[in-house]
Amino acid sequence: MHIMEGFLPVKHAIGWSIASTPFVAYGLYTINKRIKEKPEQRMLLGVAAAFTFVLSALKMPSVTGSCSHPTGTGLGAILFGPAAMAPIGMVVLLFQAILLAHGGLTTLGANIFSMAIVGPFAAAALFRVARAAKVPFGPSIFLAASGADFLTYMTTAAQLAFAFPDPAGGFAASFTKFSAVFAVTQIPMAISEGLLTVVVMNALIRFNPLELKEMNVLTTSEAEA
Amino acid sequence: VKRYQNALLLIGVLLLLAVPLWMVKSPVPGPDGKKIEIFRGSDDHAKDVITAMAPEYKPWSKPLLEPPGGEISSLFFALQAALGAGFIGYWYGCAKTRAKMNQTTHKDAEC
Repeated sequence: MHIMEGFLPVKHAIGWSIASTPFVAYGLYTINKRIKEKPEQRMLLGVAAAFTFVLSALKMPSVTGSCSHPTGTGLGAILFGPAAMAPIGMVVLLFQAILLAHGGLTTLGANIFSMAIVGPFAAAALFRVARAAKVPFGPSIFLAASGADFLTYMTTAAQLAFAFPDPAGGFAASFTKFSAVFAVTQIPMAISEGLLTVVVMNALIRFNPLELKEMNVLTTSEAEA
Repeated sequence: VKRYQNALLLIGVLLLLAVPLWMVKSPVPGPDGKKIEIFRGSDDHAKDVITAMAPEYKPWSKPLLEPPGGEISSLFFALQAALGAGFIGYWYGCAKTRAKMNQTTHKDAEC
């Protein structure tokens, strides 16, 4: 769930927008470069974007009795690098902000930062660390995607705590309250996102092993298996 | 296990969806007789926390377009999911056909 329209003070709204802009610009540059060099990867880029579209539209029930939705950014971050997901995430957030009054234009910068920057970078980093630690492929994907989902919402909690510190306990007390809203709700969603990302990745391995090898997602021996 | 992996994973997702629906029961209506809504969005809950923490805070901008009613809002959410799922389906169909065609040409080459 994104920060709602108008629910960030002006300074914060501007600050997060400024923070997100270079990531989106660099992401567009990397996507353009990649498509120019490897036009055959366009289809996979579409799959990554489509996956984010589907997952962030699925509002799922959680054990806390509230609803939230996954983000779907982990898959694209693993395939195309985290920067590429910034503009893709922005498209999804714009769609929801303009047509659905979900999230908002003034909070767009902050929401891009959590969903389309922190999440993807976390996914890419977790995937590399897991693979370096010899974790098998599937579990690495699961870890990266669900970690990215969870950290996206922890970032949202931190952004809100930063904007609305607790009158008595300051940032820490406020962060505890906001993460109580987001974190526990998000746990089942993060697991679902991890599982769904593995499902799509399995299909990609089956049909596009060479591309995945080129993207350094699969090792040579795994691509041939 | 490898062969049924995706089916097992999807069953896992379904269970994760079903368990909350089954576990969370609608609470007894309060003294004012108003029904307490369950499965509200977590962003609504966050809004409640903000209002509790900073009662004097006034949102300074409003959404440009508000979907006129919950039904229309679910229409747009469904549209978003359909666009994404449609593309993934298209890719899957293409990929599967391509794999099949490759296989048959290889067989022809061997003959």
